[in-house]
Amino acid sequence: MSALLAIDRLTVRYDSREVLRALSLEVAPGEIVALMGPSGVGKSTALRAVAALQPFDEGRIVVDGFALAPGPVPPESLLVPLRRRVGLVFQAHALFAHLCALDNVTLALRHVLGQSRSEAEEVAAKLLASLDVGTRAAAWPSQLSGGEAQRVAIARALAPNPPLLLMDEPTAALDPARRSALGATLHQLSKEGRGLLIATHDTEFARGHADRVVTLTA
Amino acid sequence: MIAARTFGVTGLALCLSSSLRAQSAIRRELVWGGDAEGGAPFVEADPANPSRVRGFDVEVAERIARGLGRRGTRFVQVQWSSIDQSVERGDFTLGLSGVEDTPVRRARHAVTMPYFEFREVLAVRPEDADRIHGLADLRSRRVATLGATIAYDLLVAARDSMGLVPLSYDDDVHPYADLIAGRVDAVLLDHIIAQRALRRGGGTGFVILAQPVALGHYVGVFARADSILRDSVDAVLREAMRDGSLEQIFRRWDVWDQSQGALFERAVRANAAPAGTAAASHALAYLPSLARAAGVTALVSVLSMLLAVIVGLVLASARVYGPGWLRVSTTVYVEVIRGTPLLLQLFVIYYGLAGVVRLPALLAAVLALGLNYAAYEAEIYRGALEAVARAQLEAARTLGLSELQILRLVRGPQALRFALAPMTNDFVALLKDSSLVSVITVVELTKQTAIYATNVGSWVVPGVLCAAVYLAMSLPLARLARRLERRWRPAA
Repeated sequence: MSALLAIDRLTVRYDSREVLRALSLEVAPGEIVALMGPSGVGKSTALRAVAALQPFDEGRIVVDGFALAPGPVPPESLLVPLRRRVGLVFQAHALFAHLCALDNVTLALRHVLGQSRSEAEEVAAKLLASLDVGTRAAAWPSQLSGGEAQRVAIARALAPNPPLLLMDEPTAALDPARRSALGATLHQLSKEGRGLLIATHDTEFARGHADRVVTLTA
Repeated sequence: MIAARTFGVTGLALCLSSSLRAQSAIRRELVWGGDAEGGAPFVEADPANPSRVRGFDVEVAERIARGLGRRGTRFVQVQWSSIDQSVERGDFTLGLSGVEDTPVRRARHAVTMPYFEFREVLAVRPEDADRIHGLADLRSRRVATLGATIAYDLLVAARDSMGLVPLSYDDDVHPYADLIAGRVDAVLLDHIIAQRALRRGGGTGFVILAQPVALGHYVGVFARADSILRDSVDAVLREAMRDGSLEQIFRRWDVWDQSQGALFERAVRANAAPAGTAAASHALAYLPSLARAAGVTALVSVLSMLLAVIVGLVLASARVYGPGWLRVSTTVYVEVIRGTPLLLQLFVIYYGLAGVVRLPALLAAVLALGLNYAAYEAEIYRGALEAVARAQLEAARTLGLSELQILRLVRGPQALRFALAPMTNDFVALLKDSSLVSVITVVELTKQTAIYATNVGSWVVPGVLCAAVYLAMSLPLARLARRLERRWRPAA
């Protein structure tokens, strides 16, 4: 199996309602896959299942050799390998409101990877600069524009250097100029060898930037 | 001319009304106030008929009423420390219940001549009797007495000169109970009270030192405006001393001794009472003790809040993260503490636990306040923890932080922002609730103010001073709470 992410017949039910039925897809290293479909079709649910933020009922998820099985979400202590492999950029960014942009990025570096403050800050500053928000390092999340906040959120997700990056509706709050800038960023990331799975209902963006489109139907 | 006539008519009316008042006063009963809670031999509820009172002060009041030609007496129950204020308010005409003769009382009210001489005596545990002979032997020891008394003033003076630790109680039973329990090392009180306490305990538990620390006198107290009536009462008392009726009363209650005979002799010979000192200088004299009491209030509040925050955090974490049985038991704790009076909790911790562990008063106060407020803090923290957005916690999980790290690095700091303003409000409330700890002998700001007010016979100046000190402590905190609320209002 050369796939970075393999989802095999993933099914999620809320009570008895099926939110996601038998979704199968693969993402290879360096590949950008768009997961498309109308609102409420289960795109976010699929991403959350891959990130082990929610349980699923049937199927199987394998991320770079780490497998998730149906049933309750395992405790965090058992998820350490998964956390190293998957980064998730939330739709509303979910930046830590009590930390400045730089500290949002250094948090995992310092407390998960055990880097010193100066090491972590160096890495974070580089990341922010590469995403064109280097000058906003000291800003609070509430002071950032939508596009800036998104790029800081990408930097935060990338900081632990995961091979797989999940993004939930990344274009939702972006103007056209920002959308094409985001496209360029994604290509840059895929060139580094990362696999990207992007949930979006933005057809134009998906066709313009994804290597492959998987469409979900209700 | 018109003015003169008007004055004449008014003057006549005044004369008429005052003579009418005097006429009716003669036939009226003498309304007097005392504290039956103080008990025998002063004033106590008659065991045979609890709606009546008995005691030597009751009989002194009856003797005075007879001497004034009144129809009889009517007793009004009043808290001992409030006798002066009540007599000025007109709740009764004469206050009589082991009321001490002090310069301040003489300056503020119309006070009768002394009718009984008492000795301030020290009570100590039997094993200390050969080591302790006076206040000088009590350096850095704890000495209890009743608040707002000459004995308390003596102890405060001795604190400054000899370094002993005065403790003020609201009643005269618990000082002796705490002496036997080992909480205090000595009790300084009137010899009548000491002897009564000894009898109550079957004559064991402590001994009364023979050498008195000071002498004092019991007097009757009238409202300042009643000085003419007071003079009449002085004449009645002097007559009662002369004709032996007062001696009979004291003998009946077994409080007669040689010093009463000497007092009577002096009183009958000399008519004048000692003069009082100026009240203003007294107000200044109280400022240091008020400052010290404010310090106690601040200390108790800060330590209690610290305890409340720590215990509150533990409780809240248990309620949010703990297993079922822990959630249930912390919920029970929170509801029991919030559902019962703080005063009750204070008593339970200080007196109730005395059989198991004998806590010093200050520690008991901090424990009671801290554990009580911990229940409220726990609810604040629980609400704050639950108010942190789920996405923030999920973002932290996807980064690979452990649950404990998430609590420490993300959830805790964010919850703190929600909790700080209500916490500050709680601290202001605690500052004021700390006044309750005076019931377990901690003299804090409100208690010291009450003592001060009793001694100067007015709540106006002490009340204003006390309020000013509380405001000086709470207003900056309230301001801080408002600023924090503005600054850390969660972004929409």
